[in-house]
Amino acid sequence: MALPGFLQRERIVARPGFNRWLIPPAALAVHLCIGQAYATSVYKTALVEDFGTSQTAIGIVFSIAIVMLGLSAALFGTWVDKNGPRAAMFTAACFWVTGFVVGGLGIETRQLWLLYLGYGVIGGIGLGIGYISPVSTLIKWFPDRPGLATGMAIMGFGGGALIASPLSRQLMNWYDPEYDPAVAGTVPSGGAVSALFFTLAAVYLVFMMFGAFIVRVPAEGWRPDGFDPSTVKQKALVTTESVSAKNAVKTPQFWLLWTVLFCNVTAGIGILEQAAPMIQDFFRTGETSTVAVTAAAGFVGVLSLFNMAGRFVWSSTSDYIGRKPIYMVYLGVGLVLYVALATIGSSATWLFVLLAAVIISFYGGGFATVPAYLRDLFGTYQVGAIHGRLLTAWSAAGVAGPLIVNSVLDTQGEPGSLVAANYRPALFIMVGLLAVGFIANLLVRPVASKWHEPHRDAAGTATPTAARSAVR
Amino acid sequence: MSTSLSQESSPNGQQPVHTPAGLIAFAWTLVGVPLAYGLYQTVKTALTLLTG
Repeated sequence: MALPGFLQRERIVARPGFNRWLIPPAALAVHLCIGQAYATSVYKTALVEDFGTSQTAIGIVFSIAIVMLGLSAALFGTWVDKNGPRAAMFTAACFWVTGFVVGGLGIETRQLWLLYLGYGVIGGIGLGIGYISPVSTLIKWFPDRPGLATGMAIMGFGGGALIASPLSRQLMNWYDPEYDPAVAGTVPSGGAVSALFFTLAAVYLVFMMFGAFIVRVPAEGWRPDGFDPSTVKQKALVTTESVSAKNAVKTPQFWLLWTVLFCNVTAGIGILEQAAPMIQDFFRTGETSTVAVTAAAGFVGVLSLFNMAGRFVWSSTSDYIGRKPIYMVYLGVGLVLYVALATIGSSATWLFVLLAAVIISFYGGGFATVPAYLRDLFGTYQVGAIHGRLLTAWSAAGVAGPLIVNSVLDTQGEPGSLVAANYRPALFIMVGLLAVGFIANLLVRPVASKWHEPHRDAAGTATPTAARSAVR
Repeated sequence: MSTSLSQESSPNGQQPVHTPAGLIAFAWTLVGVPLAYGLYQTVKTALTLLTG
């Protein structure tokens, strides 16, 4: 199906003199909206009560959305690369907003399946397309600082939850004055949650469309002033060749990076999933914990800040020290910190918070650095599509992480009676996973030249790349 | 590097454009204000770790 003219890639090729610093806010406009996915806990209890169902039945909505994120990013990645960021952002906005409207109708009419279909399936497709939509464009606009560029956008995904959580509480308070977010135990009505969904749909539509309409792609052969591609070529593992998405998934490098991302995300989710009860349990003596419920909420806030900051700081750092070394830090130092958390984490609250915060910053950094790592290994040709396929690791980790932690804790005792020692088996499983990820990263080598796209001369004749040594 | 201009000429000989600074400032404000609001609220919550 042909795209309307205003969405076509040819219509958004930047003219000479276009300022590339307009692209990060375009990307952020999308990622700040879809980052709402990590703020679903603010209305979870309200939905449980309104539908009269279990935590699990409502929790599935989020799981469906994350699985759909991975699947849609993998399935539509090539389409996104081919049609450009405006078409992708526009489509993502349509799906994401429709997801809220259908989900809101589901809450309004108390049809849980509509919530699954709306927020989970339709919204999840918007999540996947939206997540990858600006990535390859940013990499092309910032060939000199790809880590910084993708770090900025993917930081927005973390920032989206920081905005959506307090905003949702405030809006639900307006729609249901009996709900007071400052008073523990008050729960907003289902009507307030559906009104919230419709409001967010309208706000996100405006924001995402703004991003879609200001985004541009660089003209063929464009490069920033003062940028010499030969300086990039000299870095280890960085290629100037092109590998298609179809070929990339046949390379060991793709699956090694898939393993790296899966292990890093699973380990991070291990803490994020249990953050509030975990800090209370680590400092529990008998029935009582020295960490109050409000302080535990503060701990979740600290983790959110480090998650977001890590995306920007570590990804930007990777531009200087290289992608493979930074993953050595995420996985190797992360492993040591995880061991410290399991063994000495309960000795002092400040130490526990510090260890967990740094681990979560590595979790965020892992997400934000992976597009630049893919660019280094496979080139910019179809990096968006390759990134989309790699995000299936996130979906898998989204299922595996909570499953590991919850199933281990279930064998250790009842919630509210657990102590630090009960977490050790789960934490050491995460240590093992990080070790696997570390080894996978260690094994990453340049992609073999047989996977490179052939170069075409002026007559259109393909020349093989095997003889060249563009990959170092 | 605050701005970066394209190469002198484009392949199809298009005239250079100047991106208005106001548009860039507006775009960054539009995403920066909500982000600042979210950060402020989260820092406020995080501080309860010390006071709570």
